[in-house]
Amino acid sequence: MNTSNGNAIEVTKLKKQFGDFVAVKEVSFTVRTGEIFGLLGPNGAGKTTLIRMMTTLTPPTSGLAEVGGYDVVANANGVRHAIGVIPQALTSDPELTARENMSIHAKLYGLTAAQREQLIPQLLESVGLTEFADKLVGSFSGGMRRRLEIARGLVHSPKIMFLDEPTTGLDPVSRTAVWEMITKLKESAGLTILLTTHYMDEADKLCDRIAIVDHGNLVALDTPAKLKDSVPSADIVEAEFDHAPADWNATLQKLTGVSSVAEHEGIRHISTTSGPVTVRELMDLARDRGVNVRRVSVQGTTLDDVFLFYTGRQLRDEASESVKRDVSHLYK
Amino acid sequence: MKFQRIFAIIERDMRKFLRSPALMMSSMIFPLMQLIVLGYAFGGKIKGIKIAVVDEDRTVYSRDLRERLGAIVAGPDTMRVENYNSISDAIVDLRSGFVRAIVYIPVDYSRRVDQGNRPRIAFIEDNTDNFVTSEIFGRMQDLVKDINQGLNPFQPGQRLTVPLPRLNPLVDLQVVELYPYIEYIKYLLSGSIAMSVFIVAMIGGGITFIDDKSRGLHEGYLVTPITKTELILGLIFSGAIKGLMAGTTITVIGGLIAGIDHLWDPARLAYLMIVLATTSVAMISFMFLLMVRVSDPLVPRAIFGVLNTLLYFPSGAIYPVEGFPAWLRSISYIDPFTYAVHALKALLLKNTGFSGIYSDILILSGFSLVLVCLSVAFFKRQI
Repeated sequence: MNTSNGNAIEVTKLKKQFGDFVAVKEVSFTVRTGEIFGLLGPNGAGKTTLIRMMTTLTPPTSGLAEVGGYDVVANANGVRHAIGVIPQALTSDPELTARENMSIHAKLYGLTAAQREQLIPQLLESVGLTEFADKLVGSFSGGMRRRLEIARGLVHSPKIMFLDEPTTGLDPVSRTAVWEMITKLKESAGLTILLTTHYMDEADKLCDRIAIVDHGNLVALDTPAKLKDSVPSADIVEAEFDHAPADWNATLQKLTGVSSVAEHEGIRHISTTSGPVTVRELMDLARDRGVNVRRVSVQGTTLDDVFLFYTGRQLRDEASESVKRDVSHLYK
Repeated sequence: MKFQRIFAIIERDMRKFLRSPALMMSSMIFPLMQLIVLGYAFGGKIKGIKIAVVDEDRTVYSRDLRERLGAIVAGPDTMRVENYNSISDAIVDLRSGFVRAIVYIPVDYSRRVDQGNRPRIAFIEDNTDNFVTSEIFGRMQDLVKDINQGLNPFQPGQRLTVPLPRLNPLVDLQVVELYPYIEYIKYLLSGSIAMSVFIVAMIGGGITFIDDKSRGLHEGYLVTPITKTELILGLIFSGAIKGLMAGTTITVIGGLIAGIDHLWDPARLAYLMIVLATTSVAMISFMFLLMVRVSDPLVPRAIFGVLNTLLYFPSGAIYPVEGFPAWLRSISYIDPFTYAVHALKALLLKNTGFSGIYSDILILSGFSLVLVCLSVAFFKRQI
């Protein structure tokens, strides 16, 4: 089930061109067996095209992709047996019940009646849909449909799961439920999971490794922590003080690693190379000078910063890039 | 009430309308097509009806009669004549629908002419199609009238008026109707049954298929190991089962309404099911081939009416194909409706059994096979 190098997925110089438009530009990466791998990027970055090439839905223009030990072009059927796919659109049949949806998919993968009878209730149980098994999917919420589709994607016990934006359009509670399911799957079934997302928190929380995709290119690939470390951006220490002396800002400026201090409505924003060091020194200093610290917090580097660093842009839709940030004139 | 808001809605609807060429085209093409197709499909001069001639007399008198028939073939072309040696062969073919009428010249025809003893010609007709029957019967009456003019010694060269005086040696045209009188509702029933199958094919094979595709439901199936042949055969057979269900229901209900005799005859019901099953497969595969590359859900809805007109009216459901101009006849040749309607009429109006439907079944099956192969070839399994 693995590629010759023991990886779940190996992608080499994979390219997809639609007419003049190059959606994916010679991307290469590997996904290790048993990890959750995230493709992070804005809408239109090429994530879905990339996932469709790996799941045999779209033929690549050039390059190679080996999934579960099979070439996506030469042995598409081998790939299809090895993978479970949860496409971005909700693909369960609304006119069928949850159980019927599961059963039909199981038959497409050639499961016997005995296997189906054993597996389907188990899978429905694991996604918390047992009591809705015989209800029409049309009556389900988006979160329930997504959970059903995840269960459906597992019906043939695949080794690799592809989830294309699994939580887009879901409410916060459903998102959390889907995250828990994905983590549980990785732990209990030893699945390799590749997911795409444009949510930073999702990528940060779920993924062992993240590839940042932008304009069809892969601009960075590492663990979330290492990606954050790689960004030379500062931590921000936010603090409020009682009885601060007049030269307090200038004093704070002299602390180790501090690059700037800004004050806004009594709250001081201190940019520093190391938040924890600055906080310790700040507390000592305040005690010595008799200044009372009312509140202090440290904001570390986020994936937003990472994305900004690698792409030069905030993570937002392509279409909104040119929109002016200042919209106050709209409310006049 | 603000006019600006009304205008805003008008603007929105007009912009959407002008940006949907399929809808625009169909809104213009549909009525025009209906005008042309319906205009030519109804009430045209009937031509090329096949009739059998059985000449047992084989004398100069009977040859004269056959030559007069030949003149009708060469002139108005109402009928095509096939010569048969025996009346029993001719009747078999008449019952199966290969010929529509028999002109039978008995062995004593010339003797009776010479004796002035009311020579008789039998005209045995398949009266299931009133349009065809009245046309060829009218021709036959004219023909006999002409012969009598030549034979009547008392009024040489003078045209006779109808009714003909039944005096010796005037030829007597004896008419035998093969079936009880067929009301128009019985005549229409076959077309309505075929139409029910077509509507199922249109909804199941056209609209639902494209809707599922545009909702993204297909993507969920395309990631599984199903091959495109398996997928298409599955969709076609499910559509055919639905078509068979609809067709059977309309056959029974319509049959009761129209008053088809012996509707529950088990052998005929079995043949009807065979015809309906074959028709369903043909219609759904036809629809599938049309829709195989379509992804806009508006398209099947927009062409529904056009297809309906283009397939239903040229099929001979409402008026015999023999009354169509050549271009409409050529549509009817490649229209699955034609063969479905022909087979259903053979069973419901004449109860021909297998002999009257096997050619239709062969054609519909071959048609389906070609369409399924083309659908598989054109279907894109990838997105």
